[in-house]
Amino acid sequence: MSLFGYTIKELEEKLHKKEMSVSELVDMSFDRINEVEDDVQAFITIDEEHAKSQAKQIDEAGYKKEGLTGLPVGIKDNIVTKDFRTTCASKILENFDSPLYDATVVQKLNDANAVTIGKLNLDEFAMGSTTETSAYKVTRNPWNLDHVPGGSSGGSAAAVAAGEVLFSLGTDTGGSIRQPASFCGIVGMKPTYGLVSRYGLVAMAPSLDQIGPMTQTVEDNARVLEAIVGQDKQDATSIAADIESYTKSLTEDVKGLRIAVPEEYLGAGVSEEVRESVMNALKMFELLGATVDKVSLPHSTYAASTYKMISSAEGSTALGRFDGIRFGVRSENADNMIDMMKNSRGEGFGEEVKRRILLGTHVLSSSNYETYFEKAQKLRTLISKEFETIFSTYDVVIGPTTPTTAFKIGDDSIDPLVKKMSDILVAPVNLAGLPSISVPCGFSEEGLPFGLQIIGNHLTEGTLYRVAHAYERATNHHKKRPMLGGANE
Amino acid sequence: MNFETVIGLEVHVELKTNSKVFSSSPNGFGAEPNSNISVIDLGYPGTLPVVNEEAVNFAMKAAMALNCDVATDTMFDRKSYYYPDNPTAYQISQDEKPIGENGWIEIEVDGETKRIGITRLHLEEDAGKLSHEGDSSLVDYNRQGSPLIEIVSEPDIRSPEEAYAYLDKLKNIIQYTGVSDCRMEEGSLRCDANISLRPVGQEAFGTKTELKNLNSFAFIRDGLEYEEKRQAKVLSSGGEIDQETRRYDERAKKTILMRVKDDADDYRLFPDPDLIPLHIDDAWKERIQAEIPELPDARKQRYIESLDLPAYDAEVLTSSKALSDFFEETIAEGADTKQASNWLMGDVSAYMNKHLKELDELAITSEGLAKMIKLIEDGTISSKIAKRVFAELIEKGTDPEAYVKEQGLVQISDEGQLKEVVSQVLSENEQSVIDFKEGKDRALGFLVGQVMKATKGQANPPMVNKILKEEIEKL
Amino acid sequence: MTRLSSEQIKKIADAIRVAVTDEEAEKYAAELSEQLKVAGELQDLNTDEVEPTTHGNMAFHNVMRKDEPKHTITQEEALNNAPEHEDGHFKVPAIME
Repeated sequence: MSLFGYTIKELEEKLHKKEMSVSELVDMSFDRINEVEDDVQAFITIDEEHAKSQAKQIDEAGYKKEGLTGLPVGIKDNIVTKDFRTTCASKILENFDSPLYDATVVQKLNDANAVTIGKLNLDEFAMGSTTETSAYKVTRNPWNLDHVPGGSSGGSAAAVAAGEVLFSLGTDTGGSIRQPASFCGIVGMKPTYGLVSRYGLVAMAPSLDQIGPMTQTVEDNARVLEAIVGQDKQDATSIAADIESYTKSLTEDVKGLRIAVPEEYLGAGVSEEVRESVMNALKMFELLGATVDKVSLPHSTYAASTYKMISSAEGSTALGRFDGIRFGVRSENADNMIDMMKNSRGEGFGEEVKRRILLGTHVLSSSNYETYFEKAQKLRTLISKEFETIFSTYDVVIGPTTPTTAFKIGDDSIDPLVKKMSDILVAPVNLAGLPSISVPCGFSEEGLPFGLQIIGNHLTEGTLYRVAHAYERATNHHKKRPMLGGANE
Repeated sequence: MNFETVIGLEVHVELKTNSKVFSSSPNGFGAEPNSNISVIDLGYPGTLPVVNEEAVNFAMKAAMALNCDVATDTMFDRKSYYYPDNPTAYQISQDEKPIGENGWIEIEVDGETKRIGITRLHLEEDAGKLSHEGDSSLVDYNRQGSPLIEIVSEPDIRSPEEAYAYLDKLKNIIQYTGVSDCRMEEGSLRCDANISLRPVGQEAFGTKTELKNLNSFAFIRDGLEYEEKRQAKVLSSGGEIDQETRRYDERAKKTILMRVKDDADDYRLFPDPDLIPLHIDDAWKERIQAEIPELPDARKQRYIESLDLPAYDAEVLTSSKALSDFFEETIAEGADTKQASNWLMGDVSAYMNKHLKELDELAITSEGLAKMIKLIEDGTISSKIAKRVFAELIEKGTDPEAYVKEQGLVQISDEGQLKEVVSQVLSENEQSVIDFKEGKDRALGFLVGQVMKATKGQANPPMVNKILKEEIEKL
Repeated sequence: MTRLSSEQIKKIADAIRVAVTDEEAEKYAAELSEQLKVAGELQDLNTDEVEPTTHGNMAFHNVMRKDEPKHTITQEEALNNAPEHEDGHFKVPAIME
């Protein structure tokens, strides 16, 4: 038996009826890890003892059907955990074994009695879109081990797709939840900016970062989001929204739903397979009673540059704190303070991180601020306003999540048009602070999955779940499993 | 050539909130190293700042007391610099939208009143402290995150003397508001000075130098005086001033070059995405405005107009909030206004100066001082005895009434009792009586002295005088 | 758009205290110049009348903390994570430029 094919609701029933204990469920997770982790390489840190003793405690206290009790979860390793080493996939935090505090989302998962299995791989400090910039390992796409899982939440996506954990937390600054969800054939939600507390999320670009759930089904996703939302006094950007019950919104009813499809989202760079599947999805929505209109979001074509300027600038200051003084790794090669800081950072950061913080520092300098940084902030305003206009007429915006399926590992010859389109599809959502969900939409000829992206106005997560759920129920993409480690059903 | 001096001052004042400006760690002076800290103060990855409401209130209060316009929308920025005292490599400060702008204070120099403009007042966080030991340095982050306000003056100051007066007034006003102790020796007030010279009549500013590490108001004045002369000398001999940072060496009494400014001084300021801008509405402003106590100028005016104090007294008393508050308490306890003023400006201040102590470090209470003044006024003790009572009061805080009673120091004003002593003295000093009768007035003084001596200084001197004359007449 | 030189890269790296080798500086100079060239597309747009967006959300003003002091971590906990410490302090090599 594996975690595959079971929703949170089904497992809860089994636990409730004592057909299964929490320890058995957690064992199932570790059995699968033993079976496939050598191939998938999703985890940076696994703590079997910790997870099993937690499971035992829950069993001994008597299982109660509440929260996320007993369910095995993996956490992206840029989310701070008091009980687990937190590395951000960087060498500079290799020894950060006791971070002294829990991120608010981790606190919430603990309060909900979820069982943390371990910490998941990512691009170093979430800077990347393939998980290849990790200083520790290259995570592989469970659907084809020669391909990347996407990124930066590649470990979080692969672990769920491979059935190692039931669900995971990822983070999304410019597509980092949705793109790997698309590449790994799972469901990934990037919530409205501020809906989930960022306290304890190691910042890449604080005005864009957001934590969200990665799951096998839409319903599971809604369940996890319900557990982690809420205003946090420790995060001044977190918002006091009326927290609707997302699971209650899963009615499958999309009659009268007004769908906008930006022509820019289906432009050059989007593969034929992806385009076709998205068109099919739209037809299906029409059959279910929705209306579909083509629209234009002209400024979204500038999203790549806008995103690059803002994220690198914010990121350059976010990473100043890693200096080898209070935590993390200090270089052995220095006899004065300046060299100590320089070498600790020079040796501790990988190439992509250095590239981005150098760029960010340059665009923030007083002579470039207006040309690059402030200009990008103005573009951000235009991109947000464009969405505002669309959402005054439409309920959701739909397009592909990714222009193609997952790249091959080590592929450095990706078509610049595909690269640009990748940003156009995901980055505008972060720039505008909107919620967006990726659900499995189909498979390429070679059997690699890709996702359908549904974007909503601020705080319309309920609508997104309803629409995604309707689509999931009408299709069978989510029922397919990667061929990995023998029996997968 | 004649030069005009142009000075601008940047003053940092530490706010005495209970907790830090962006974390809940205790805010205080002199704890064990690295004990008043949290993961936020240490810049741990993933931590976020949330602004302390009281720190904003205090900054607003100071801004209002300095006649600033208080911003309706204010925002925090990241100011980047890499140094071990700065855990996140950026200081949270305010750039484009500070809490206060366009303020002013009035100073008095050589009897002239002058208005000095305040460009801006903003809220920011303090840094940790580094100490150097041989081949290593030690860092204490207790001070990291303490709330600071930075107050930047307009280049309106024209002499080191004015700079001194500006600082004195600024410190006094801020102490009145109660948002800071402004103790330079504890670092809760720090000052950097910019100074340049320009030929008299020229409008454009000359190149300025910045003075740092100034540890007292007097050193600031001295440092500026030195720098004023140095620059004049350089300019007069056809030289140019370099834009540089200098420090004042108190022993050598000169300014010394620290470093030349260059384009590397780029702090890459940008709005901090972690801190949502604050909106300060009218209700909030009014609430803070209502909390601002009477400020020194207003108080001085009131002392002159309502309390009939001489302008000099009013100025001296209000030049320190502690002194002025003590004065008010003393008169509230029923002491005569002018007497209270005299004692505080005289003996109390002299004692403070002699022992280098602040008023709140002394044993004397306003209640005690008031009691003593009342004892003098109602004739219970003589002014001579008062000196003894005062010594006791200021050293030990002894209650004057109890002390006078216990020591038997009550003034003898009983006519019968005094007559007896006078008769005794007259019978023992016949020669003096004769001398007095022959017109030697000095002899009377001697006789008064004898009476005082016989009564251990407790006799009421005017009565002694009167009775002596009467009794001699009778002889 | 002007090209970034490897000297400029070194200067930027110095400012943010990151050691880069000469080869790295060369490489970053070329890559960053290219990225800035691409970002030059933003200049095509007239944004004179547009306000910059500085935060992820702006609608929720005045999130503040009460002035209540709290001890959260001990000196020992803080120092245990440090590469080097002495007498209750974090220790760094002497400051020398």
